[in-house]
Amino acid sequence: MADEKYLLEMKNIVKTFPGVQALKGVELKVRPGEIHALMGENGAGKSTLMKCIAGIYRATEGEIVFDGKILGHYSTADALRMGISMIHQELSPVLHRPIMENIWLGREPTNALGLVNHRKMYEMSKAVLKEIELDEDPRTLMASLTVAKMQMIEIAKAISYNSKLIIMDEPTSALTDKEVKQLYSIMRKLKAQGKSIIYISHKLEEIFEITDRVTVYRDGCFIGVEETKDLKVDRLINMMVGRDVKELFPKVACPIGEVKLEVSGLSHARCFRDVSFTVRRGEILGIAGLVGAGRTEVVEAIFGMRRCVGGEIRVDGKKVAIRTPRDAIGMGMAWLTEDRRQSGIFPMLSVQINMAIATLPKFLNRLGLIKDSLMNGSCDEYVRKIRVKTPSLSQRVENLSGGNQQKVLVARWLMTGPEILFLDEPTRGIDVGTKAEIHRLITALAGEGKSIVMISSELPEVMGMSDRIMVMHQGKVTGILENSADLSQEELMAYATDTAGEYLKSRGKK
Amino acid sequence: MTKDSPTSIIKQAPMQIVKKYGIVIVLILMIVGLSIAEPAFLSSTNVFNVLTQSAIFGIMALGLTFVIISKGIDLSVGSVLAFSGVIAASLGQTMATTGKFFPHLAELPVIVPIMAALAVGAGCGAVSGFLVAKTRIPAFIATLGMMTVARGLALIYSGGKPVSTLIPSLTALGGKLFNVIPVPVIIYFVMIVISSVLLNKTRFGKNVYAIGANITAAEVSGVNVKKNLVLIYTYSGLLAGLAAIVFAGRVGSVHPGAASGYELTAIAATTIGGTSHSGGIGTIWGAFVGALVLSVMRNGLTLLGVDAYWQQVVEGLIIVMAVIIDMRKNAKRD
Repeated sequence: MADEKYLLEMKNIVKTFPGVQALKGVELKVRPGEIHALMGENGAGKSTLMKCIAGIYRATEGEIVFDGKILGHYSTADALRMGISMIHQELSPVLHRPIMENIWLGREPTNALGLVNHRKMYEMSKAVLKEIELDEDPRTLMASLTVAKMQMIEIAKAISYNSKLIIMDEPTSALTDKEVKQLYSIMRKLKAQGKSIIYISHKLEEIFEITDRVTVYRDGCFIGVEETKDLKVDRLINMMVGRDVKELFPKVACPIGEVKLEVSGLSHARCFRDVSFTVRRGEILGIAGLVGAGRTEVVEAIFGMRRCVGGEIRVDGKKVAIRTPRDAIGMGMAWLTEDRRQSGIFPMLSVQINMAIATLPKFLNRLGLIKDSLMNGSCDEYVRKIRVKTPSLSQRVENLSGGNQQKVLVARWLMTGPEILFLDEPTRGIDVGTKAEIHRLITALAGEGKSIVMISSELPEVMGMSDRIMVMHQGKVTGILENSADLSQEELMAYATDTAGEYLKSRGKK
Repeated sequence: MTKDSPTSIIKQAPMQIVKKYGIVIVLILMIVGLSIAEPAFLSSTNVFNVLTQSAIFGIMALGLTFVIISKGIDLSVGSVLAFSGVIAASLGQTMATTGKFFPHLAELPVIVPIMAALAVGAGCGAVSGFLVAKTRIPAFIATLGMMTVARGLALIYSGGKPVSTLIPSLTALGGKLFNVIPVPVIIYFVMIVISSVLLNKTRFGKNVYAIGANITAAEVSGVNVKKNLVLIYTYSGLLAGLAAIVFAGRVGSVHPGAASGYELTAIAATTIGGTSHSGGIGTIWGAFVGALVLSVMRNGLTLLGVDAYWQQVVEGLIIVMAVIIDMRKNAKRD
């Protein structure tokens, strides 16, 4: 084993972002002609590592050896030329151009005059498509293809670059079973040709079906690498979730009151179906599940950002109709969104307006003009209360750290005096210290009798904070569990991957 | 740790001061330079002249400031000026006019044409706003449509001919108060104050910034995005209607082809004044300074005897330069 040949060797890779160390010295070794799975919870560092390989990020420290050569700093274009292709989770095809132009984008074959040689491009495309057994005319517009076919085109593109290593980041998340089978057959074919594939997926059954070896990461650390055939499901889950840090999130018991929010049979055309749950006063309901399980979508629907096809929502026992976020806020709801930049902060505006935007009517004088002293007073109060580190209220919020931006958003919602709080990944991407502060704050809010619904992809967080945990898998609720002492991360993960039946059987539970 | 403590301003390299106060410095340099080269530049008559010249597109620039902060654009204001202008003029003609637009209409009080212009302007703006808010088509397209439609309606309404011989109380709006202060300048300044209060002191103003900075976050935070978008374009149209009144007063007649291209001057003024087309950033003060830069430049180049064609070349360069300076100012300090 000592002189084993690897196509790709990554050693001691460290990647630091401002305030966060995403990779803490990890390794990855990929053999030629193998399908290698990367596993880990959300935030384990898989995607960051892949972006380092593909030349999107530059590793802060560490060594990358590919095909016998030590790589320095390189771009995505360099990576492609060397034979590294990445098929991203989110495809970005040029929709209104034909397949062939998508495949040869940026390196179109030209004739003597420097004009694009469409004839040649067509022939070359046909050859590549034949290789992946895709029966499509290269002149077909991308827009007319299904997502699965677009994915195939991406693979065709990778082949056209003559890639030795193809990275697939959750390629099956949008595919039907039949399409998945087709993908597998192409993957096996590529493998037979000696190409290596790095395969990222959250679906355990796929890992066991298609991959040769598995490398597991957790919290930016390398946990281990195993031959897939020697691996058992519960061993893999254990490697992924590992640690037992329940004590880090001290949930203070507080009296739980009557039912505040009741959601029953909520269904959406695409994202989720038949979701029912209740939240009581003083209760924290955690929602666990993997990316794409439909958790955020459920909250979006409750908050009036998504149309539902069925189901009803009751607040304090009364049925309510929520058509816009304004309606929801009017009913005492608050929603700390998942993506701070995309739907949270107003980057170039002041801390003050970022905090006060949802409560402006409270600061008007009799003429309907904003009374600055009133608004500043209220903002100041919250800056002190939850310790937002900002030089002044007039500071642009984009100049604050991620954790402080998050606190500004928390302040925005607390100022509305909410009764029901939806917290979607409330501590994602923020430093440990602030994280603990936010956890304390959430517990304190529950203590004040507020109802809290917390989505989190971090199992320790969900298990440390929640009274009960609702687990979702592909748009369905697979279980609502009491967060008792004997609930294990493994069990929760089994629900999240919809393998709870097998898991419980293997453990001899009911 | 504060970035703007007094000592740090002194320590800042000159280049950074230029970056920070860029356009005001440009304006001061222009004024100083011009008053040395041509002492007549600083005479009160010329100063009022400069302000009067900037009043019409300056008023439109105030409305555009709201629109551009919200990450939109309004290309229709020039045409809307013409459309509301011909309607106002037709209601404000003297009895003695031959070929009067409404031959049997008695001379109306001046408030009638004024209200008509404001109503037509606001109405056009509301339609643009409605299109932007409800159909989600780009503001560029919605207002390009309104620009063409309003111009067409102005031509249809007036039969393609200018509407002239306006009542004295209407032309007085283009004259001078106590023979000293031009009325357009008074109207302009009043609107600067009103717009500034609206943008900084009301819920509406804060919502305008929020919509421009992050429309999704605004909606999630309970801002009524659609209603505010309609209001933003309505205000822009309303100011175009007001500009039409000032135009009618100054010129004494309104041609259906009037104010063609004014929208671009107004957009330029707003942009020079630091309002960002990426949304969320901009001030009324900036629009005022921007409009002033343009009219000082035009006035100065004329005083210096620079060819009118060359003035356009210089104007274009100034717009681009102003935006380059501004983007540096807003670039994040890493």
